[in-house]
Amino acid sequence: MRTPQDIGGLPEGPVDPSEHMLNFWEKQADGLRAAVGAKGLMSSHESRRAIESLGEDAMERLTYYERWTAALSLQMVERGVLTQDEIDAKVAQVRQRLADTGELEMTPSEAEKLP
Amino acid sequence: MSRLSPGARVRVREDYPPGHIRTPVYLRGKQGVVERYFGAFENPERLAYNLTGPKKDLYKVRFRATDLWPDYQGSPKDVIEADIYDHWLETMG
Amino acid sequence: MNSDHHHHDHDHDHDHDHPHAPPQPDDKVHSYYQILSIALKELLIEKGVVTAAQVRQFIEKRDSITPANGAKVVARAWVDPAYRARLFEDGNAAAAELGFPITGTKLVAVENTPDTHNVVVCTLCSCYPRDLLGLPPAWYKSRAYRARVVREPRAVLREFGTELSDDVALRVHDSTADIRFLVVPQRPAGTENLDEDALAALVTRDSMIGVARI
Repeated sequence: MRTPQDIGGLPEGPVDPSEHMLNFWEKQADGLRAAVGAKGLMSSHESRRAIESLGEDAMERLTYYERWTAALSLQMVERGVLTQDEIDAKVAQVRQRLADTGELEMTPSEAEKLP
Repeated sequence: MSRLSPGARVRVREDYPPGHIRTPVYLRGKQGVVERYFGAFENPERLAYNLTGPKKDLYKVRFRATDLWPDYQGSPKDVIEADIYDHWLETMG
Repeated sequence: MNSDHHHHDHDHDHDHDHPHAPPQPDDKVHSYYQILSIALKELLIEKGVVTAAQVRQFIEKRDSITPANGAKVVARAWVDPAYRARLFEDGNAAAAELGFPITGTKLVAVENTPDTHNVVVCTLCSCYPRDLLGLPPAWYKSRAYRARVVREPRAVLREFGTELSDDVALRVHDSTADIRFLVVPQRPAGTENLDEDALAALVTRDSMIGVARI
């Protein structure tokens, strides 16, 4: 049984060597994860396990920090730090706020990633 | 004192347990040679679940590319090295 | 993805115009996970699990670590045989000597020679000496690099413009545990008169991962 992240030796196309500067939100996601990690609430090992548990679909369709974010959410629920109800309510609140300020701009391809 | 010393011939266990495993599938069942001993480390298979202990010896194991990939395109001198915990390694005669 | 492209250009400009300016907020939020990330941050701050200042400090710390740190280690190893010996003996201690603390992982330096070339990958995720080199490049985290560099490393190196002769043994290091690898590239010929700072300026990130030579 091969888990989705265990890809050594699989056939793949050419490597795209272009640089990608992190977006603001990706830096935020990186910093948030580091801060949570420093509190002893998510080790790199737990993060990796959570990412692996997202499945093949997440590996192919989510970007790197989208997977990290999904893993952080999962881990906070598993550790009892947050409940899924709290997260869902806050997501709805943030989404509404961003819509009201005109900051939300989801393309159809992004909407397809909706769980 | 570690169980294996540099130069020891080893085979990676060909098992496929569920869970968080840091021994890549492409190395399972393959033969290699211990290149160095790194010391004893917490086991990631337990750390992944917020559990600790007992520590596991960690080795750098060297595999010939031509042993991993029969159709390998490159030099016969090329090697792949990976860091593998003691409980994934079987000794060879 | 179009949205990534847009933001790539956007951030690129900022980073070049103001290398020390804080990251600018994106104009638009594009995905559920971006909303989720904001939501998690707000919830964790409201509950007192983390503070906004702590998150900011980690972002600043990340931004402060660049490949130039690794380049200083390499240049010192080139000019100082005793340091070079200490680097191969205990990478963490040698990096700390130059003011680069590495926590939670063990740094192991591997040396390129006329006979041996080293290249580093993490086939299972994206393990990388972040405490010394900063965040890994996008290609290091890509499926193509991770899948192929253990299977056809010479072809992958060729895509980076690095052609190895068959006389050179290639060593691919798959970072499967808590060891982080730093490739010490070969010092280029004709650099005998350069001082340590000038040597460090020659050392590229890609040469310390091993996909390029200097």
